[in-house]
Amino acid sequence: MKELLSGNEAIARGIYEADVKLASAYPGTPSTEILETLAYRFPSVYSQWSPNEKVAYEVAIGASMGGARALVAMKHVGLNVAADPFMTHSYTGVNGGFVVVSADDPAMHSSQNEQDNRFYARFANVPLLEPSDSQEAKDMVVSAYGISEVFDTPVLLRTTTRVSHSKGIVEYAEKTEAPHKQFVKDASKYVMVPSNARGRHQIVEERLEKLKQFSEETPFNFIEENGSKVGIITGSIAYQYAKEVAPQFDYLKLGFSYPLPIKKIGEFIKNHDKVLVVEELEPFYEDQIKAAGLKVEGKKYFSHLGELSPYRVAVGFKEAGVLNEIPLAVISPEENMFPRPPVLCPGCPHRGAFMALKKLKVNVTGDIGCYTLGALEPLNALDSCICMGASIGNAIGMERVQHSDKGTVAVIGDSTFLHSGITGLMDAVYNKTNVTVMILDNSATAMTGGQQHPATGLTLMGKEAGKVDIPTVVKALGVKSVRILDDYDYEATLKTIKEELERPEPSVIIANRPCVLMPKRIMDESYVVDEELCTACSACFRISCPAISASEETNKHGHPKAVIDETLCTGCSLCAQICPTEAIILKSHFVKVEEV
Amino acid sequence: MKDNNNYGILIVGVGGQGVLLASEIISETAMKYGYDVKKSEVHGMSQRGGIVSSHVKIAPKVYSPTLSYGQADILMAFEQAEGLRFLDWRKKDGVAIVSTTEMIPAIVTSSKKFIYPEKPIDIMKKKAQNVIAVNADTIAAELGNPRLINTILMGVASNCLPFEKKLWMEVIKKRVKAKFVDINMEAFDRGLKIRLNSVEA
Repeated sequence: MKELLSGNEAIARGIYEADVKLASAYPGTPSTEILETLAYRFPSVYSQWSPNEKVAYEVAIGASMGGARALVAMKHVGLNVAADPFMTHSYTGVNGGFVVVSADDPAMHSSQNEQDNRFYARFANVPLLEPSDSQEAKDMVVSAYGISEVFDTPVLLRTTTRVSHSKGIVEYAEKTEAPHKQFVKDASKYVMVPSNARGRHQIVEERLEKLKQFSEETPFNFIEENGSKVGIITGSIAYQYAKEVAPQFDYLKLGFSYPLPIKKIGEFIKNHDKVLVVEELEPFYEDQIKAAGLKVEGKKYFSHLGELSPYRVAVGFKEAGVLNEIPLAVISPEENMFPRPPVLCPGCPHRGAFMALKKLKVNVTGDIGCYTLGALEPLNALDSCICMGASIGNAIGMERVQHSDKGTVAVIGDSTFLHSGITGLMDAVYNKTNVTVMILDNSATAMTGGQQHPATGLTLMGKEAGKVDIPTVVKALGVKSVRILDDYDYEATLKTIKEELERPEPSVIIANRPCVLMPKRIMDESYVVDEELCTACSACFRISCPAISASEETNKHGHPKAVIDETLCTGCSLCAQICPTEAIILKSHFVKVEEV
Repeated sequence: MKDNNNYGILIVGVGGQGVLLASEIISETAMKYGYDVKKSEVHGMSQRGGIVSSHVKIAPKVYSPTLSYGQADILMAFEQAEGLRFLDWRKKDGVAIVSTTEMIPAIVTSSKKFIYPEKPIDIMKKKAQNVIAVNADTIAAELGNPRLINTILMGVASNCLPFEKKLWMEVIKKRVKAKFVDINMEAFDRGLKIRLNSVEA
């Protein structure tokens, strides 16, 4: 049986084949589909969203302690959040096998940085697996559980966007049966107080020596000989790019890449005249190989920045003198093309909040989610974005030093607030800092595709869930002024923010119109533009709605009037509310006027 | 259709136009035919009204899931300007199949910094051979569903690929929601009838 699977779907298949009992995660591109695929295709595996990656990690540790195979998945920056349990989990080791998937995002297709999480394996002294396509992703997940249980360690499986989101043909294997163990109380292993942790650190170092030996023997680190004098050491997606442009070289392909098989690498280098290391992002292999006293070249020819590609690898080979010419066309993209940046959807309720914030000209600290798009032209209504939950802390610090008479606003989504905004708000209450926090509550983890979270009332597996009530949480933290509004109502949104900015204490505004795409697309009646009344003032263009574009009709100065795409318009009415000439009206009203 | 044993297909459009579904169907058809297939695209932010591109590579053994400039045998563009933007990804003797659809983004209408090119298909034709303009909007409207541009263009592209119609239909049936199967088959058929060397539809 074979299927065309993405890397993430293949990982889910591997989880099923390995007889994993529990998988937890917080959604994050490019990792999200791992748990979604599990929930939809393999419901025999219990899977759940947790409020954040740290909790997800801790839940999975508990399952492993309890004797079952467990998995936790996250995007690269998610492992920063979960780094606290991760670093100590290396000490305790496992009972049931344990795999942590980190899906990195070179080129930052949908992330705030492009950190290379392979360093986390070295940091925590845990084994690292790096698949280069979907088949390897599945096979490595299954093998990772064996490695985890034999060496008593969590295993880090690291993908990149190209591996997670590319599809390839995957051959299935039978589901295996993992032995279900019992939890055996063992304070020296699981209670990491200093006296026990010192002993475990010793074990970690001994384990690393055994893993070094394993790395020399595992079939995941293999050599492909073609009789070339040029040797390439590579792994992950870079292997596929290099093979594509230079299949004639010899290859040492690394799949189990921490600890590195240094002896194997040394042999490989000895047998070749020139050896290049081709890896995406940081010189993770290269620095360690050089530190072992071996001679290779790498980052000199292959950039640290962004994603590699067959073309960039070919250019590196040419610069290194191992290819005479680049076997690919030279880049000559069409000049002066307009960009098509991501925008808030037609009917997105966040638009109303940003229109109001822009009008008020306040400093707005932002957060991670769809609403980060409010920073882009022409809305330009967000002034910062650092990491999950940062908006509130950022606003507090800024307000403390600036004491701005206009106040500072933090904008954060519902899922992000539950992920790590609550503690920030606690800081504002505790230290009595005058910030206004706007929770844009659209009842979904929207940017990653509308996943459930603790306040939506449904679980990942589609069952009825316990429901956290955000206004109650906010009040319980001690916020005295909590205002709830509909961000489709522009005037009310504007007025409420103004009032809360003037309040000399921390306050919270919850804008609770649901995401226009969830749970199903809201298709209200469309608005249309009456060209007789439209003066081409362009006010509606500046709210950046994909449904509004320039008409061929112009005013006397040649400026284009507006036209609304009726298939895109959701009838949110925000454009109609700011149109100074009342030219934007409901379609049914327009027809009636014509009939008269 | 002669089998070249190696095909690079680049499918481009704007978020929501069905680029990913089209590349799924093409990839699965190729797999069922017996080829190795890889396909690559990026999900996430780009779907929010941004450019969506999907790379499909078909051969006895595929390494990189991504195409490079000048490697696509077939460029399928669901939007004119996106066809122009990605024209150079096509091989010199490759085919560009472009829907006459125009989608002008808010950033162009709201600022004076950017312009949408005048008649992108005409510019493409000046720059390259084998540019096939398909009036997919009109055909889709005739069929009664504006969301068929992807299937119509797949039908056109099937003229450049060795897979028989029966196999395409089998995959479409599997991948499309039951109530839309018939209309998609019809759309595919309309595209199929647009022969590559015929005058534009």
